[in-house]
Amino acid sequence: MEEKKRKVSIICSKANLEDVYAALILANGARMEGIEAEIFFTFFGLDAITKKRMDKLHTPVVGNPGLRLPGGLPFPTLLGIIPGMEAMVSFMMKKEMEKLDIPPVSEFLDMIKAAGGRIYACKLAMEMFKLKKEDLYDDIDGILTVGEFYERAEGSQIIFV
Amino acid sequence: MPKKVYAGVEVDVDEEGYMTNMEQWTPDIAKEIARELGIELTDAHWKVINYLREKAKEGKLPTLRKLGKSGVVNIKELYQLFPNGPLKKAAKIAGLPKPKGCV
Repeated sequence: MEEKKRKVSIICSKANLEDVYAALILANGARMEGIEAEIFFTFFGLDAITKKRMDKLHTPVVGNPGLRLPGGLPFPTLLGIIPGMEAMVSFMMKKEMEKLDIPPVSEFLDMIKAAGGRIYACKLAMEMFKLKKEDLYDDIDGILTVGEFYERAEGSQIIFV
Repeated sequence: MPKKVYAGVEVDVDEEGYMTNMEQWTPDIAKEIARELGIELTDAHWKVINYLREKAKEGKLPTLRKLGKSGVVNIKELYQLFPNGPLKKAAKIAGLPKPKGCV
């Protein structure tokens, strides 16, 4: 069958719920198609593999023109400044995703690992945010420099999120 | 509609070879589809296949996540049993339509 070797190397650089999920779904979806997959978490994307934060990601409610109120009206930016609004919107978003059987971030990482996908953290970003290996998801495959990322990504398609 | 002969029986399939009528399926057909995919069916495979068919009869093919939590098999085992595309290959062997979900 389709045994030609394909590989994707996904860079996740943001901590927004929707960006992190884009990266996770792309990686998991690749594995489901028999495509090798790796995710390199860098900069704010590190939140998605930081134990304390990974299951508390938010979607921005200010400066997000795609965001809608239930019913379809645009979400007024001024509403977004109300304390707790971002948490509430993010909670609702996660509830909708659960209905579609999209798992929480930590479980999604477990799924990708079980599927043979690999997860890497960016060394420079970790230094910048003063993160230690212990702060990160236990099952990461390593901490890479940008050069090492490129070495690993040899021959693969690179996707930047 | 394309047709294909498995185990001496002519069955309806789609362009990608997924069976379109699960009633035409037999275990012998499953063995032949599996062989085409390079898979030799074991008890562990059959558990997954039977579970998928049961669920399909209820009208809902499980996602990979649900299948992994079914107690029948976990995700790691699924990828070992059906390498390079566990849900698609398992569905194909089970005589079910191509899975449409993204997760």
